Amino acid sequence: MSRLELRHMRKAFGGLEVLADISLRVDAGEFVSILGPSGAGKSTLFQLLTGAEHGEGEMFFDGAPLDDHGRHFAFMPQRDALMPWRRILDNTTLGLEVQGLGRKAARTRVAPLFAEFGLAGFERHFPAQLSGGMRQRAALLRTVVQERDMLLLDEPFGALDALTRAAMQRWLEQMWRHHRWTALLITHDVREAVFLSDRIYVLSARPARVVREIQVPLPRPRDPTSAATRQAGVLEAEILDILLNLQPTKGHDHD
Amino acid sequence: MASSSFNPRQLAGFLAQAAPAVISIGLVLVAWELYANHSGIKPTVLPAPSRVFEQAMLNRDALLDNAIPTIRATLIGFACSLSAAFALSMLVDFFQPLRRALFPVFIVSQTLPLVAIAPLVVLWFGFGLTPKIMLVALVTFFPMLVALVQGYEATEVEIGQMLRAMGAGRWRVFILARLPSALPYFFAGLRISITYAVVGAIFAEYAGAAKGLGIYMLNAKNNFRPDLVLAAVGVSAALTLVLFGLTVVLQRLAMPWERAAGRRAARKGPQA
Ligand SMILES: Nc1ncnc2c1ncn2[C@@H]1O[C@H](COP(=O)(O)OP(=O)(O)OP(=O)(O)O)[C@@H](O)[C@H]1O
Ligand SMILES: [Mg+2]
Repeated sequence: MSRLELRHMRKAFGGLEVLADISLRVDAGEFVSILGPSGAGKSTLFQLLTGAEHGEGEMFFDGAPLDDHGRHFAFMPQRDALMPWRRILDNTTLGLEVQGLGRKAARTRVAPLFAEFGLAGFERHFPAQLSGGMRQRAALLRTVVQERDMLLLDEPFGALDALTRAAMQRWLEQMWRHHRWTALLITHDVREAVFLSDRIYVLSARPARVVREIQVPLPRPRDPTSAATRQAGVLEAEILDILLNLQPTKGHDHD
Repeated sequence: MASSSFNPRQLAGFLAQAAPAVISIGLVLVAWELYANHSGIKPTVLPAPSRVFEQAMLNRDALLDNAIPTIRATLIGFACSLSAAFALSMLVDFFQPLRRALFPVFIVSQTLPLVAIAPLVVLWFGFGLTPKIMLVALVTFFPMLVALVQGYEATEVEIGQMLRAMGAGRWRVFILARLPSALPYFFAGLRISITYAVVGAIFAEYAGAAKGLGIYMLNAKNNFRPDLVLAAVGVSAALTLVLFGLTVVLQRLAMPWERAAGRRAARKGPQA
């Protein structure tokens, strides 16, 4: 039985059809990516999962219809959504505080993780005093520490420069091997999807449907120097080909 | 890194920022002094700044005596309007339809000319503190309300979404995200309103009061003492500046993250 399963999800905003037909599943301990062009409706999919929006279709979690939103997912929005007025430590405890944990208990839970997330010594800093990569790690820490059943990561590294992004991808892969989170990642970076995922869903442009489901049979750790690199390259080229051959949409939007 | 002490470089920077204003005010005073002394204009029409200062010193007890009711009216009126604006801003934030029902009324209240309203309010509520408080509240309430409501709405959408996903209800979202997001707007509104507040109080006293800078100005004018009118103007200006400065200090204390973030922004110029 899958952890998360979506069957024929559809969503329109007014007259704008955003999601046409999305069916997918994520198994326990699996890292799955959703890859699709900008504006396809990827973030909208997460809004359906977190209950911010409602669509047609069926959603199941551990076999039960998904109704009580927010209990299963730790959600990391597309922008880091760190609160400028809270110090990093207090930003990372936010989810725990909302769950009803006392501030002190929340802090003791989060503090030991700062080293692992490369944030040791920055507990008392404000978000504006951190680099882009550190901010993303702080947002990620805020997400995983909630200890929900599943992570929803919306383009966690989209705003970073190429070098930082590559470093963050390696770091996340390593972290995932230790923790084996069940995770659903949104990205439009093909290399990132291949590097991190067990499986990839490729979406069409809006209105989005799943055009391909791709297994990533690469061994872990995903050492970028290993012999598997060539295999990864082939996979990346194949996916890129699919993305570029999606029927072109009128007025393709970027943001 | 985020030390709260006032270091010498900050002080130097502050002086450098204040210098142009000090110089221009100084130049105006010098020109005024020269004109008043050498053009043959009568001091009962335009007194020289030196005379204004001299008379202010001579009458400092009376000025102080009259400044205190003005300060009291300003602060009490402003506190009332602030509490009302805060309570109503929350209501409006939670029940959006209220906004459409109430805002037109408030906008109209802002178009009422003070000159007409002040005597009426005094007529209805007498010469005591009440009409002053009401007028101060009238001129400061709406700017504060708008600032707060706009501030709540400036909350980053992602933060709200994330909090809801964490399981936070509306009240939690308000306390954790919307309220802190409104702080910069709140302080911008505060700085504007506090100056209105002083003007409002003086206007109310002008329309009728036992004591206060407003009535003091009126009496001085009727006695052909423009020097004393100007002395009272100086006192009210000083009062406004002090209150303005207080809001700036308050903002620094309430928003320590701004300074942590603001090195780059601060160099661009004074914050709005
Ligand atoms: N609340 C909303 N109301 C109306 N339209 C919306 C809303 N949210 C999203 N949309 C529209 O839905 C479409 C898909 O948006 P979405 O944010 O899901 O795209 P995305 O795939 O995440 O894009 P990107 O990769 O650039 O983040 C866009 O055309 C957007 O304008
Ligand atoms: Mg998106």
